[in-house]
Amino acid sequence: MSSLTRDERALSSLLFLVLTGFGFAFAIGGRGDPLAAHGWIMILFGLAGLFMMLRVWSAPNPPQSSYDEYFDAPTKAGIILALVWGVIGMAVGAWVALLLAYPDFNLAGPWTSFGRIRPIHTSGVIFGFGGNALIATSFHVLQRTSRARIPDQFSPWFVLVGYNLFCVLAASGYVLGITQSKEYAEPEWYADILLVLVWVAYFLIYIRTLMRRKEPHIYVANWYYMAFILVVAMLHIVNNLAVPISLTQAKSYSLFSGVQDAMTQWWYGHNAVAFFLTAGFLGMMYYYLPKRAERPIFSYRLSIISFWGITFMYMWAGSHHLHYTALPHWVQTLGMVFSVVLLIPSWASAGNALLTLNGAWHKVRDDAVLRFMMLAAIFYAITTLEGSFMAIRPVNSLSHYTDWTIGHVHAGALGWVAMITFGSLYALVPWMWKKSQLYSKALVEVHFWLALSGTLVYVFAMWNSGVIQGLMWRTYDESGTLTYSFLESLVAMHPYYVARTIGGTLFLLGAIVALYNVLMTIRMVERTSENVAPDLPATAPQAVPAGE
Amino acid sequence: MSAPAPDRDPVTGRLTTGHEWNGIKELGTPVPRIVFIGLTLGALYLIVWTILMPAWPGINSYTRGLLGIDQRTSVEARVALARLERAEWTQRIETEPLATLASDPQVMNLVKGYGKTLFGDNCQACHGGKGVGNSGFPNISQAPLMWGDDLDTIHETIRVGINAAHPETRFSQMLAFGRDGMLGRSDILAVTDYLLALGSGASVDDMTHGAEVFAFNCASCHGDNARGSVDFGAPDLVDDHWIYGGYRQAVFNSIFTGRAGHMPSWEGRLSKADLRILALYVGWLRENQP
Repeated sequence: MSSLTRDERALSSLLFLVLTGFGFAFAIGGRGDPLAAHGWIMILFGLAGLFMMLRVWSAPNPPQSSYDEYFDAPTKAGIILALVWGVIGMAVGAWVALLLAYPDFNLAGPWTSFGRIRPIHTSGVIFGFGGNALIATSFHVLQRTSRARIPDQFSPWFVLVGYNLFCVLAASGYVLGITQSKEYAEPEWYADILLVLVWVAYFLIYIRTLMRRKEPHIYVANWYYMAFILVVAMLHIVNNLAVPISLTQAKSYSLFSGVQDAMTQWWYGHNAVAFFLTAGFLGMMYYYLPKRAERPIFSYRLSIISFWGITFMYMWAGSHHLHYTALPHWVQTLGMVFSVVLLIPSWASAGNALLTLNGAWHKVRDDAVLRFMMLAAIFYAITTLEGSFMAIRPVNSLSHYTDWTIGHVHAGALGWVAMITFGSLYALVPWMWKKSQLYSKALVEVHFWLALSGTLVYVFAMWNSGVIQGLMWRTYDESGTLTYSFLESLVAMHPYYVARTIGGTLFLLGAIVALYNVLMTIRMVERTSENVAPDLPATAPQAVPAGE
Repeated sequence: MSAPAPDRDPVTGRLTTGHEWNGIKELGTPVPRIVFIGLTLGALYLIVWTILMPAWPGINSYTRGLLGIDQRTSVEARVALARLERAEWTQRIETEPLATLASDPQVMNLVKGYGKTLFGDNCQACHGGKGVGNSGFPNISQAPLMWGDDLDTIHETIRVGINAAHPETRFSQMLAFGRDGMLGRSDILAVTDYLLALGSGASVDDMTHGAEVFAFNCASCHGDNARGSVDFGAPDLVDDHWIYGGYRQAVFNSIFTGRAGHMPSWEGRLSKADLRILALYVGWLRENQP
């Protein structure tokens, strides 16, 4: 906090005060509504922030020399937050998996029923873990590849703190039963408004820093990060257009209804996968993979072509979530064909990543951090092939509504998103805390094999379960009647649900190992190597290129 | 700002462009031809498929596609075809008497297959996989049925339900003798013990109080001998089957707070043939008790 200037501290205090004020308005006005609980959370959050500001109130402005360094404090905080959210989100995920196999593990009645804790898992891992990792790494990549410091100290903190307040409101709201019932867009109107403010500030950081850049070209990773920020803003605003029933109640009604609502939701939902879980993490991959491998990207031009291919085509693909529904056939056709053609830029990205490793495969063998990233690229290729395949209507008629979809999502979420994140964070942590290496390479190996085995168990269980389910639902006997009842398909799924719980738990254990390893790395006392190249922006007097 | 001159990458032998971002150089590898081939093929597929199928929106309509395929008409055609294929046996099921159908092995083969699926999707959640019941839901494969157990009666029960929304629903309610003050605790305990003794075959000669309470309050529905009555949907209290449990506390609770179980009516939710198949299946379950 002392990295903030006095003016920035005053501005932060004011915002915390405003937050507290809104908290009181909600807590008092929303009596008898779940909104009041969120009011109290906002009061606590605002007062805690205010307290932190007051503690450093009289501290002097940061020294002028600090402006000659990159601003990494929010990145450091974001790394920790990402890992903590990851452990929470994955733990709830394992619990949800257990609930599906053994429904009696619903421990606290309605509060922890499946419908309420399942979105804690999805939001926890996507927004808490993934989002914080994206924010943390994007600030780092942005500054390093632009050789410029973020223009101020306030905005990155505003983004990180505001974003995590959004995550807290989301997760706590689910337990209280506050939801819009839109997948991955469950939080209600006031949390949505908060996220819009945060997101605009996030995009402005990007633009302002790029305007200050000292490199002639904008590095490709920044294009991906910017697409992620810009499109998520667009998706978030449109899909959450809603009218609250009153300003003192949490509930709101969507602007859209019927099939338009479904189409808007899945335009949002699939592009959340595309721009949050793909474009953002491709940005991560395009920086940390070449850095760790110490190789240039195999074909920089290909990375640009893939970028525009992915950006253009993903926009059309959302309707493949609504095959064989009330959605008009023509919309389904468009969703299908663009999903299929999307395979080309997707595989181009995965191939580009793997070919970048040419000349560094010995490092992949020896370095589990780089191996995480390599595996991520492989899972990215598998998942995008599977996704294009499942978007084909006749295939979808078998896979839709089954666990195959869950298997597909987790091949992407565990195999691609989480692996590239863990690889990148492992690379980033020693750079951020000025250590020559991680606390334990062995623990990274342990994590790698836990993550890989967990993913394989999970994905194979869901593939099997999904295909069995899909086939049981469509098996007719010679009289033209269904052979199996729905209950029989549930019984058939049970062993796979148990296996899924085991796979998820293995993955969770890996995440706990990662958190431990990172915390121990931070605590580790060691002298920094004298040969480390200085890591400073171009404006610094002693700046020389290269570094992390 | 130092812009390093292009140099040659030792692994690929290709030149870098001189652009560099914090140590990541830009390698000048051209885009592999296979990517362009893939994009071309993809574009061709996209164009051809969207010409063949309904695809592009206009202002008021959309391109119908050369193949003239539409999901709505295709699904309607398939449903009609399936209905036609099934018509050969659904017609028999709908028109012939249930007793006749039950003695036809061909029909019963269908009942054993499709009836099981129907039962699984509609009945199993309450009555259990083999119809043996759950707490609060009667055993319908082994116990005497409260409303009668010939096929036509079973069919009627399924059709209209019990205490259901159907206008012709079967209606049955056991009064809350204790809660509503008709019987005192000691009376209820006496009749409870009397019933449990009856069921276990023990002597009830010295249980005059219990017998008296029963005769005055229960016999009108459950019969003088407590064997139940299909006219009121009153269960047999002497056999081994209990819907809400046959231990002392459960029987006491039933008498104290009364009972009025609910079974949905299935007419309107299931087709005529499906209702009759379910009746045949329940009949078959009862004959081949698990």
